[in-house]
Amino acid sequence: MMRADNLFKTFNPGTPLENPVLRGLSLTIESGQFVTVIGSNGAGKSTFLNAISGDISPDSGSLSIDGQDVTRQTAWQRAGLVARVFQDPLAGTCEGLSIEENLALAMQRGQGRGLSRAVKASYREQFRAKLATLQLGLENRLGDRMGLLSGGQRQAVSLLMASLQPSRLLLLDEHTAALDPKTAAFVLELTDRIVSENKLTALMVTHSMRQALDHGHRTVMLHQGRVVLDVSGEERSRMDVPDLLAMFERTRGEKLDDDALLLG
Amino acid sequence: MSLISLMGALEIGLIFALVALGVLISFRLLNFPDLTADGSFPLGGAVAAVLIAGGHDPWLACGLAAIAGAAAGWVTAWLNVRLGILQLLASILVMIALYSINLRIMGAPNIALIGLPTVFTPFISTVNDNAWLIQPAVLAVIVVLAKLLLDAFFASEAGLALRATGANPRMARAQGISTDRMTLAGMALSNALIALAGALYVQTQGGADISMGIGTIVVGLAAVIIGETLLPPRSLWLVTLATVLGALLYRLLIALALNADFIGLQAQDLNLITAVLVGLALVLPKIKAKLRNKQGGRTA
Repeated sequence: MMRADNLFKTFNPGTPLENPVLRGLSLTIESGQFVTVIGSNGAGKSTFLNAISGDISPDSGSLSIDGQDVTRQTAWQRAGLVARVFQDPLAGTCEGLSIEENLALAMQRGQGRGLSRAVKASYREQFRAKLATLQLGLENRLGDRMGLLSGGQRQAVSLLMASLQPSRLLLLDEHTAALDPKTAAFVLELTDRIVSENKLTALMVTHSMRQALDHGHRTVMLHQGRVVLDVSGEERSRMDVPDLLAMFERTRGEKLDDDALLLG
Repeated sequence: MSLISLMGALEIGLIFALVALGVLISFRLLNFPDLTADGSFPLGGAVAAVLIAGGHDPWLACGLAAIAGAAAGWVTAWLNVRLGILQLLASILVMIALYSINLRIMGAPNIALIGLPTVFTPFISTVNDNAWLIQPAVLAVIVVLAKLLLDAFFASEAGLALRATGANPRMARAQGISTDRMTLAGMALSNALIALAGALYVQTQGGADISMGIGTIVVGLAAVIIGETLLPPRSLWLVTLATVLGALLYRLLIALALNADFIGLQAQDLNLITAVLVGLALVLPKIKAKLRNKQGGRTA
């Protein structure tokens, strides 16, 4: 279970560039729930995700994961609880390291690292079996440099890396935004499979309302740094993109003007 | 060039292979431009010279010199990760501070070690002078050992974490790696190697001098860059091998240039030759790539 309580974050406070991004954001995610997050540019989606992962520290408010207060923990300290796939395919892996070395790094996520061999023979077997499930032929390319892979392949490997060790929360930060539609569909399908197989608690930020409704159990919309919409269950399954828009306009009394959200 | 001067070039090349391995860790693996070397190389030399002159075991002197170097690298990293001082600037501060510290350690601008036992003494025959052969041989063993140990370390969990820290710090943190700690440890390791090189250097040269560190970083970097043009960086053991070979080749080229009388170069031209060599090493890969592209274009 992840619980965010009244988070505030302002960038460049006290300057002409002052930018209040999170303004009292609260959200609770039950264990095993897959939540999709939408919102226009500047709504605070990425900042919220970065606050959960520990990349940025909120000005006030609290964050807990499975009852453990992580508000003041650094990103590496909470890596044992939080797994993450980045938007940029280059960000989630080391391109200079081989595929197996990247996977070995993820094998030790949240654990101590000693002087024993990083890529163990037993790991290799496991990596091969897991990579085979991607059906990209990567199981025969363990020694290849990560930089040789396409964006879609790298995101698929990133997803695999995020699921090698158990986590209390999986963060997906628009992880298909940089991919072509066909590859994006493949990575999304893979996401669904990995989340349901491992019964993961997940938070997926997306730019597309369609994706937000088609995946996961619950959809929340952020606007000006807070949650303005929260739909799940029966209500959500009957919804379509226009319904979501109408609902947004009713609650906010204003029209949404971000084309990216409407077109997705 | 005589055999003796060839072995002399090899000897210095082997010492600078250790420097180059240290520079490889900071500049290439950690992505930390570090000029501490110009201070940590003479620091190692100073510590070793004082201890040997004081009658201590030369191996112990080497060990303590490496520890002193590790401390210097750690301070540079600490200034950067804890106080947020720019990497280059942090290393320049430590380098400058070390000049005073080295003078304090030595107590004089130079210390002579002639006639005192060094790590090479037990292997050198007292009958005929074979130091010219033994010193490079002992150094070669030390360099090979250092290379193999580094290879093993970089293939370990901690070593991989160190490489990830330099390659993609955000990803490293997301995998639970404390990039701060890794930078501190990696910089300590890098400068420990460089200080060890300084400790061995004073033992081959028969003394320590306060100005012996000038240009250390340039030579180390030159070796790394020449190494990179020699071998493809397919795996890390190839990279460390290339670095060692780069240091040897660099010293050989310098010796050749200085020995070729018809060019008219002298010892004081050393830094100019270094600059030209590094420049060439930087440009060559680009020319090679251009030629390859042209050929590719023709066949297509």
